[in-house]
Amino acid sequence: MKLSRLVALVAVFSLLAAGLAFAGKDLDAVRSKGFVQAGVNGGVFGFGMPDEKGVWKGLDVDTARAIAVAVFGDASKVKFTPLTAQQRFTALQSGEIDVLTRNATRTLSRDTQLGLNFVQVNYYDGQGFLIPKKLGVKSAKELGGATVCVLPGTTTEQNAADYFRTNNMKWTPVVIENTTELAKTFFAGRCDVLTSDASQLAGTRAVAPNPKDYVILPEIISKEPLAPAVRHGDDQWRDIVDFSVLAMINAEELGITSQNVDEMLKSTDPMVQRFLGVVPGNGAALGLDEKWAYNIVKQVGNYGEVFERNVGVNTTLGIERGLNALWTNGGLMYSPPFK
Amino acid sequence: MTTPPSATREYLKPPITEVGVIGWLRGNLFNSWYNSILTIVFILVLMQLVPPLFKWAFVDSLWNSSSEACREIDGACWSVIPQNINFIIFGFFPEGQQWRPTLAMLLMVALLFYSKNRSAWKKSLGWYWLVGLVVMGGLMRGGFFGMTLVETAQWSGLPLTFMLSLFGIVGAYPLGVVLALGRRSKMPAIKTLCVVYIELIRGVPLISLLFMSSVMFPLFLPEGVTIDKVLRAQVAIILFTAAYIAEVVRGGLQAMPRGQYEAADSLGLNYNQTMRLVILPQALKIVIPPTVSQMLSALKDTSLVVIIALYDVLKTTKATLANPKWTGYSTEAYIFLAVLYFICCYALSSYSRKLEKDLHTGH
Repeated sequence: MKLSRLVALVAVFSLLAAGLAFAGKDLDAVRSKGFVQAGVNGGVFGFGMPDEKGVWKGLDVDTARAIAVAVFGDASKVKFTPLTAQQRFTALQSGEIDVLTRNATRTLSRDTQLGLNFVQVNYYDGQGFLIPKKLGVKSAKELGGATVCVLPGTTTEQNAADYFRTNNMKWTPVVIENTTELAKTFFAGRCDVLTSDASQLAGTRAVAPNPKDYVILPEIISKEPLAPAVRHGDDQWRDIVDFSVLAMINAEELGITSQNVDEMLKSTDPMVQRFLGVVPGNGAALGLDEKWAYNIVKQVGNYGEVFERNVGVNTTLGIERGLNALWTNGGLMYSPPFK
Repeated sequence: MTTPPSATREYLKPPITEVGVIGWLRGNLFNSWYNSILTIVFILVLMQLVPPLFKWAFVDSLWNSSSEACREIDGACWSVIPQNINFIIFGFFPEGQQWRPTLAMLLMVALLFYSKNRSAWKKSLGWYWLVGLVVMGGLMRGGFFGMTLVETAQWSGLPLTFMLSLFGIVGAYPLGVVLALGRRSKMPAIKTLCVVYIELIRGVPLISLLFMSSVMFPLFLPEGVTIDKVLRAQVAIILFTAAYIAEVVRGGLQAMPRGQYEAADSLGLNYNQTMRLVILPQALKIVIPPTVSQMLSALKDTSLVVIIALYDVLKTTKATLANPKWTGYSTEAYIFLAVLYFICCYALSSYSRKLEKDLHTGH
């Protein structure tokens, strides 16, 4: 009996060891599981949040869906793990999730020390200021002496402190933990200015008792390129995640939408033919089905569609494309050639 | 010394200023000049507060409307609750399958009600609970009888709160009793172990334990091996509550007079029998009030799982409020939650009062 126990123990340990040996292959792990486990925000409207029915919605959520489509050809083959700001990188490092699409800013230290690889940016954000119109302030440079509502412990607070110091202005921070309460405090007039990422400001303004009484100042005081991330160690997986985002951007550049993608299959444009897998090559290079890009556009849409659906001008957030427009329209969204 | 004839004897009523409403007012609210001033000031304050509050909550309020309609009114927008009730209560549990958690919760309430009577406290009760828990787990998880599989990651809302609380309390209580006995053990190794455990856990806040379970613990595991997030939080809550219950129970054990131990010894009972038959029944009865306090705080502490992104009923409400449509109505949503928690906690504490009365043997 003792012997059998020993055998069982050895078996368990060798299984664990075997598990360790293959653990670097994230793509294999994803394939054998049969779904992509994506870390998302869970509390930011338009980026990652469940709706009234518990269905995940948002720009980051759709990005994760696009990755699932690339691997499995099915947008439903993805599971979402809501993560807090503190948990998000650990969850990726420990293998709890396969990809992080949780409005995380790409920075040098995160990309190196944390052992992560960020891929193509899916939203260019930046910190801005929201003020009541009646203050008559036209530029952030005139904000000397203002009381400023800000969330604690984020880069937001640090950026604001830096901005006021470099411009030799005094300021009084009003620090409030919760986004909802922060907005309420601001509308109640306890502070002159609210500072946050521009994407958030739009949403905050939308819920004001009278949105027309508030304006977002033109200055953007920080760079916040929000990008999906994977952990070090599996370059093929990284490429797939990267090109899933890029495929959405490229589709918009080529004028392919979820509506016309079937028409476009008949296109004679060699770029379109290569992109949609009519002329094969791209899929094999990534280790995916040749239809992967077609499926992404068909099931999720191109970047413009995803943007307009989740955060665009017709949504509650009402955000303009701005930096997130295609490079041909004065934005920063630019895809390398798909060949 | 003549007594008046009984016919003429008159029963005088006490003066109207001493009894009834007026008497009560005089006796309690206006019995001295400073009490009179306090009373008047409070009446004035209440007159300022209550009518606007009433108007806000009931007169100007909307109970089931769209968020757009709510923007037109000055009163409370209770609509935030009914419009989002499915997500607040059931979270990510798939729509159309929500009868399952509903049934599981009803089963739990029924079992709790049944266990309320002391006449039901028999061995069979344990079996009922065992079967009940298996059925509840089966209902939640599914995967058989045509019920789709719902992973623990999708367990959320009220069922999650109940589950974390119930298992937290049920798991922590026996562990706490064992720890308390261990701390009073004469065996140095066991005693040290229990003291270190209790002091270590009591020395850190629950939040840090939850963080450890969700952020640090996964890093110690080999890559690719993950342990269920809900389970990790559940274990953290049990370990935390047990340390506190241990100290409460130890208080009860120390309150036992030496005579009880000696009496048990003289009857020839061994350690197990002494504890099971003589000491613990009395000690645990003494500490009902602090134990219940501990359980109440365990119930409320489950809401801290918000910080590790588990969607208990507080988090599902917060997630609802993150939708710009409903952001402005956090007050109403939080009042709803407060009422919900109050009902649960009040039921628990009033039951403990009843239990104390039943068990009171007067010594």
